[in-house]
Amino acid sequence: MAKEEHRIVKGQVTVPYELALGRTWSAFYDFLKDERIMGKKCGKCSRVLVPPRSFCPRCYVDMDEWVEVSQEGVLETWVYVNMPFFAQEIRIPFISAQIRLDGSDSGFIHQVAGIDLNDFDRVRETVKLGGRVRAVWNPEKRGNILDIAYFEPVD
Amino acid sequence: MGNAVAIIGTGQTRHGRRTDLCYPDLVREAVTAALDDAGITLEDIDGVVLGTMPSMMEGVSSTHFYFAEAMGSLGKPVLKVETCGSTGQSIGHCGFFWVASGMADIVLVVGSEKMSEGDGQATMTTVFDPFFQRTFAAGAPGVFTMQSMEWMYRFGIPEEKGREAAALISVSNHDNAMDNPHAHIRMRVTMDDVKNARVITYPVRLLDVCPASDGACAVVFASRKAARKIGRKPAWIRGLGFRGEEFFYGESDKAVWMSATEAAGEAYRQAGIRDPLKELDVAEIYNPFTYQEMIFYECFGFCPRGEAPDYVLKGTFRKGGELPCDPSGGTLCTNPIGATGLIRLAEAALQVTGKAGERQVEGAKLALSHAMGGVDQFNGVTIVGSTL
Repeated sequence: MAKEEHRIVKGQVTVPYELALGRTWSAFYDFLKDERIMGKKCGKCSRVLVPPRSFCPRCYVDMDEWVEVSQEGVLETWVYVNMPFFAQEIRIPFISAQIRLDGSDSGFIHQVAGIDLNDFDRVRETVKLGGRVRAVWNPEKRGNILDIAYFEPVD
Repeated sequence: MGNAVAIIGTGQTRHGRRTDLCYPDLVREAVTAALDDAGITLEDIDGVVLGTMPSMMEGVSSTHFYFAEAMGSLGKPVLKVETCGSTGQSIGHCGFFWVASGMADIVLVVGSEKMSEGDGQATMTTVFDPFFQRTFAAGAPGVFTMQSMEWMYRFGIPEEKGREAAALISVSNHDNAMDNPHAHIRMRVTMDDVKNARVITYPVRLLDVCPASDGACAVVFASRKAARKIGRKPAWIRGLGFRGEEFFYGESDKAVWMSATEAAGEAYRQAGIRDPLKELDVAEIYNPFTYQEMIFYECFGFCPRGEAPDYVLKGTFRKGGELPCDPSGGTLCTNPIGATGLIRLAEAALQVTGKAGERQVEGAKLALSHAMGGVDQFNGVTIVGSTL
């Protein structure tokens, strides 16, 4: 007997959304337009968080104070992505990275670029855990996270 | 901890690519097996708990409606709980709470996923926030690789040693899966196979990564009174812990991982465990990625921080070692996500009741089960024992 064929139906669900950023995150993107990276400081534990929070996740108090953080920081970890994912905005290969910007107390997620990403061995020589990286701005500001184009390794 | 609670039956599907069944029938395969194992019928069940991944996984929302008949919940109270990868532990805890509270005598807990029907990594990507981090999300592999890199860097683990230990975990898990008739991936692999497999997200390679599976698991929770009446050998819930941390990746320290550490710590306190490596007989750890399994060993106190690769390489966690981990083949060989954490608990229960067949750890009396969920955000642990 021939192998049993299982009947499959293709399906797709497409749902549009309109997502409100709220006051704190709207302000963050307004600051990005002026090429400033701003965090919020907790009045209780004094931590500076980027992305900014409207309230401190640990102290559960409002975070009212804006603090500008450095556009340079330390590369805490990274991953070289060379396989495509559904709805991926950035073309592969790319590097996702966690960066501790000077003057902040949290890791900021963005990408490391500005080097030849096609040669992985070269990438490993250039992109170092614990190494320093610096923000490179997108000349065109669209009000999203890619207003910072990427972070590049600092020699 | 409330009233005593026993697991009196477990059921699992044959996991894998199950295009032979529609999704509700997959759920029913596990439920029927669990009822048979417990020696009860649907009439004995006071309530049903269900857990799955978010609706995007199979494209059907709120599946407790879709599964109402398959999970035997007609005319009964139903709860649905989902915490991403840790769902299976969350629903197990929920079953425990329901019986421990005295509000039910027998509760059926069901976890399921049919990952061949959707795009697992696209679903995972929607777990990230839409404004800051989703842009850079590379599914689960991206996150877990970032975490593993940070962990190795923090503790000065040489890349080669990390690679060697991760490869050994892959080999052990695949060997173990050969003993488990329910496992999805059943093939032997060598160290070289793992080290030369296709790179997914460097240094993570294909054989460091779990498959996307179709599968379901059902577990029957019973009060002491009900367990005694039914007369099956029970696995007693000895302790449980669940902890979460901040949503944004980068805000909490994933190299020492508070949620995993404290979830286990809470469960140990309840179970009276002081030296887990010595006292536990077996552990079923949620290990979708080989490297991550080592971070769990450290968080769960099986070894000092930064030393997991040494313990792995001397065989501590292999079959016949001091604390065998994942005798089922683990998440690495079978991952129907909404079911996976519950499978860990079911496997732990099978071990302490001596019903684990070929994968039995001889004389196991105390077992740890675990699951992790979200963008490394939640961890749940349940400890079961052969005695209360």
